Amino acid sequence: MNTNSQKAKRRRKWRMLKDQIAKYSMTLGGISIIIAITLIFFYLLYVVLPLFLPASMNHIVQFSNPDSSIYIASEEKNELGVSFTNDADVVFFSLKDGKVISKYKIAIPDDTSITSFAVADPATDIVAFGLNDGRAVVVKHDYKITYPNDVRVITPHIKYPFGKEAIVVDEKQRALTHLDIQLKGAKNTLAAITADNNLVLATFTKKESFLGESGDFERTYNSVLALPSIYVSYLLLDKEQKIIYLADQNGQITHIDISTKTPKILQRLRVVDVNTKITALEFLTGDISLLVGDSKGHITQWFPVRDKNNNHILTKIREFNDQSAPIISIATEERRKGFVAADNNGQVGIYHSTAHRTVMLEKVTDAGIKNISISPRANRLLVADNNNQFHVWNLDNKHPEISWSALWGKVWYESYESPDYVWQSSSANNDFEPKFSLVPLAFGTLKAAFYAMLIAIPIAVFGAIYTAYFMAPKMRSIVKPSIEIMAALPTVILGFLAGLWLAPIMEKNLPGFFMLLLLLPIIVLVFAFIMHHLPKSIKHKISTGWQSALLIPIILLVIWSAFSLSYPVEVWLFDGNMPNWLTNTLGVDFDQRNALIVGIAMGLAVIPNIFSMAEDAVFSVPKHLTIGSLALGATPWQTMIRVIILTASPGIFSAIMIGMGRAVGETMIVLMATGNTPIMDFNIFEGLRTLSANIAVEMPEAEVASTHYRILFLSGLVLFVFTFFFNTIAEVVRHRLRRKYSSL
Amino acid sequence: MKNWWKSGDPWIWLTAASVTLSILAVVGLLFLIAVNGLGHFWPKPVLEADYESSHLIGEIYDQETVAASQLAASGLTFDSDRVTRYLLKTGNRDLFGSDFHWLIADQFKNKQYPKDLMVIERREWGNFYGYLVAVKENGKVISEGKAAWNELQKRLKRTLKIYGWIREIEKSKIGSINASLEDLRLDKRRLELDHDNDPKKLAAIETQKAALLARSEKFNKKLRQLYFAMNRDSLTAKVMDGRVADIPLAKIVHAYRPNAMSLMDKIQFYGMKIWEFLSDDPREANTEGGIFPAIFGTVIMVILMSIIVTPIGVIAAIYLHEYAKQGWLTRTIRIAVNNLAGVPSIVYGVFGLGFFVYFVGSNIDEWFFSTALPAPTFGTPGILWASLTLALLTVPVVIVSTEEGLSRIPRSIREGSLALGATKAETLWRTVLPMASPAMMTGLILAISRAAGEVAPLMLVGVVKLAPSLAIDAQAPFLHLDRQFMHLGFHIYDVGFQSPNVEAGRPLVYATAFLLVAVIIILNLAAIWIRNNLREKYKALETA
Repeated sequence: MNTNSQKAKRRRKWRMLKDQIAKYSMTLGGISIIIAITLIFFYLLYVVLPLFLPASMNHIVQFSNPDSSIYIASEEKNELGVSFTNDADVVFFSLKDGKVISKYKIAIPDDTSITSFAVADPATDIVAFGLNDGRAVVVKHDYKITYPNDVRVITPHIKYPFGKEAIVVDEKQRALTHLDIQLKGAKNTLAAITADNNLVLATFTKKESFLGESGDFERTYNSVLALPSIYVSYLLLDKEQKIIYLADQNGQITHIDISTKTPKILQRLRVVDVNTKITALEFLTGDISLLVGDSKGHITQWFPVRDKNNNHILTKIREFNDQSAPIISIATEERRKGFVAADNNGQVGIYHSTAHRTVMLEKVTDAGIKNISISPRANRLLVADNNNQFHVWNLDNKHPEISWSALWGKVWYESYESPDYVWQSSSANNDFEPKFSLVPLAFGTLKAAFYAMLIAIPIAVFGAIYTAYFMAPKMRSIVKPSIEIMAALPTVILGFLAGLWLAPIMEKNLPGFFMLLLLLPIIVLVFAFIMHHLPKSIKHKISTGWQSALLIPIILLVIWSAFSLSYPVEVWLFDGNMPNWLTNTLGVDFDQRNALIVGIAMGLAVIPNIFSMAEDAVFSVPKHLTIGSLALGATPWQTMIRVIILTASPGIFSAIMIGMGRAVGETMIVLMATGNTPIMDFNIFEGLRTLSANIAVEMPEAEVASTHYRILFLSGLVLFVFTFFFNTIAEVVRHRLRRKYSSL
Repeated sequence: MKNWWKSGDPWIWLTAASVTLSILAVVGLLFLIAVNGLGHFWPKPVLEADYESSHLIGEIYDQETVAASQLAASGLTFDSDRVTRYLLKTGNRDLFGSDFHWLIADQFKNKQYPKDLMVIERREWGNFYGYLVAVKENGKVISEGKAAWNELQKRLKRTLKIYGWIREIEKSKIGSINASLEDLRLDKRRLELDHDNDPKKLAAIETQKAALLARSEKFNKKLRQLYFAMNRDSLTAKVMDGRVADIPLAKIVHAYRPNAMSLMDKIQFYGMKIWEFLSDDPREANTEGGIFPAIFGTVIMVILMSIIVTPIGVIAAIYLHEYAKQGWLTRTIRIAVNNLAGVPSIVYGVFGLGFFVYFVGSNIDEWFFSTALPAPTFGTPGILWASLTLALLTVPVVIVSTEEGLSRIPRSIREGSLALGATKAETLWRTVLPMASPAMMTGLILAISRAAGEVAPLMLVGVVKLAPSLAIDAQAPFLHLDRQFMHLGFHIYDVGFQSPNVEAGRPLVYATAFLLVAVIIILNLAAIWIRNNLREKYKALETA
């Protein structure tokens, strides 16, 4: 055969080419697959990262403002702005270039003048003008969206929800120096301060048939409260129409309860330093918290907190001290607990209350600011300054709720009695304050893992020691695979059995379980002692290494007797019902699906993992070490603890790490065997909620790219990093150990 | 005593006890699942007894012993301090409201098991227990007394046959017409999106639509006839409080008299029930009937996953072991891959939902399925994304196992091949890979057994409690990768924890759990067996 013929050469070339192709395609394939796998980490990071990116603002346009605005706002789509003036003018203008779209003059009755102005909840788009004859005109700025030729056109106009006719607030026709209005459902209240310092309340209830703009309203409630020696500068009425706050020129706030027939002053307290004035007062969305801006540039958040005597005391919750000029105007976001504050130096601060975060500060104009408004979607700022200029700024502030303290610190949430760690993400409406503390979830995760390890470590490690060193080889060849098979048992089955089978049994036989813990070692030792003292003739018939098999009937007997003694003991010591006894006598709450159940079920799930690896570590300790020790006269147990465990301890440690990693991330067992309540209590008889179960419960409902969604990704990332870290330690330790064994 | 303690012997016994405990836990768990899962299908005798002032008929479902003091709260007093209670399933939920009752065992009087007591499994309202009174046709009594039973069986057979035909027409015929109508709607939408106002095309769509509607009307007519025929017969039966109930045969799945059954009958019935469990659709919010869609969904998902994971895992392993330079980087990658197997499965679910469903899926929708928008096609959880997510979850298992197989192949074999002039690729392809194939097989089996039991990630990427249609059916393109599916593991979670009637669904959950455990244990045993065989083989090679 000619190895250098043309044909053979071509063939060789082709073979070499194939070899090269294989090499490159395998390398390419392998590397890209490995990159694809690491993509998990980077994708999680990519979703989580926006949470921690700073907010940004950029200037869009500036145009002149010919009128003197007392209130400005913009609509949902950020196309139009509206300005209300003291002369009862309403001007709608384009936010792109300031061009006036339309202008309305509000119908003010003849011979009257405007003395006050009020804005209802911003989401309602309703404002009111108070007049000098005790009447008020209520106006709604409204936007109609049409799509002629598939192009969006927004047409602004104004409506009079109470009719064009002014409505009487003060029947004595005194001038209204301060006014506020709130509408909720059929109930509408106007609150006003009259020129002679009386608080006047008028409630109008909508009648059954309400068609179009001219409504039928019935005056249902009226009341007057004289306010001696208060020089009111701000008046706020809450959305529920139950509370009024008055700020006066001395820096004091008066808290008035109007939920009953006669208004009652609950409290009066100074909210700013001496020589400091209140310069702005607004409700945070939801109308529970008050935001107080002062002449020093500080903003404080206050809300009523219930004390021991069940009184609601207005309490300072947090302060924001990042601005230095007097705060002139505060605008609150409609859908989040954020707000913006503008000061006399032309600086604007973006804040978030729950996160206690000054998101950013930006100087938007050189003049002092007169008015600021934030668009309903919180992405546009409209600022009116003292130089008669409008400034429109784009605001990119997607996740102001996130700060280190919001995720990991104690936060004082609205209506809570004290700062606390709370996870409560679901939101039924915009007023809800989302509570994103990861602490209860991390705590629940560690609690579940702790109790699982408490059960798993002794059983698995002891079992591994016995199986690897003392057990007869024949038995070991059966025992090891059968325990390992349990590692493959779907956790959904363990969780199901734990939740539906074990939990009710444990509730009924709680004393039995604790007796089992106590009796089991004792009876085993007694049995061992008896075995030790059996006559030699019998002892020799039982081959060593089969202790486990001998113990099967003994342990079954102990389990059976512990559980049948459970009830008598329960009657004897615990009044016949241990869970009740725990709650009533010890004050320990008891849930049927509790940490103990999780511990047992998850313990069972991690035993095979720990057992298998620990057994490998003990079994592969080089034989000459043990033989040497035994030859020197050590007993098998002495050899075990002095030689083998010492040598194998890194392996056992890494087995425990792996088990820990699995317990931390396990989802189905905790989901099914606990009540999934995110509480912070180490009590073994109460439930918990872990990070992983939380993801499983809430992820399907989370809105894509929302803060909630990203926080769930963050908890996924935390789990990933945590388990990856533990596993890496375990793996590195194992590799070291393997090298050590091979050198021994 | 002191010497005995010093010798460490007690400690050895304690370690032995923990092994015993683990083994007992494993065996006990499997036993518990098997007994509860398999026992459910055995026909249980139906009890008739007097209880206080009422007359009861039902199956004893469960029993427990409780403290008398616990019952004292509900106003009962007893002589002894412990009381045995029975959980009696009285069925007839439509008549009595609830179908399970805890009753005091001692107060049952005149217990008997009459032979002609009848149990009816119905399509809704759960089981019915009572005495057959008469069989009716169009409201007229056809047969009464003893003869009625045989008449009932005969007519039930006929009704079930008609029911089968109806299902056939509704599922395949009407289903395919509806699918074609949906296609037409999408065609029309496509024209709209393209601003194509060609009247010819529109007319063509309209004629096709009219033809389809006409066909559908034909089937509907046929269906009406069948329904009429099916609703012809009914039976009347007396229940425990003496009332007489009328049950249309169309609502009946089985009617049997457990107390009259011989052992042979019972075995036959048991076999039939197991077959029904494996092959039927679920009924009554998954608490009755079979789990076929869940088995089917699990199998399809696992097959898809295997198709994805095998090449990926094997290529990565070959690269790592044969082509990559064995430095610190490769070592790190190996450790990282190994550790990925320990990352919680829910994290993969989160990734799958974010990346596959919301990112890849919605882009696919925009490029290829824009006509169906805003209804998502791939931008929603489905079987493809579930398989991909699980493939990612199990790929470390395949990589590790394949690499292990590759490293076990003796050097001499490779060197022999190379010395004979084979290239590296040829050596790999002709000698190394065939020898490593059992290891790959082991890896794949372990991957499958992990995937089959995994539930948490699936809850995010595609599993549902009740899928209206299977992922494979007779409609083009036959394999519907975008559909959601049912899964055995999720079925357990859903019926056991989310169902309105947990008590009624519990036996089925045990049965499902038994099936799942059996499949997974068999797969694992297979993997172990293959691995052991492999070891023997290499041992032989090394010594030779």
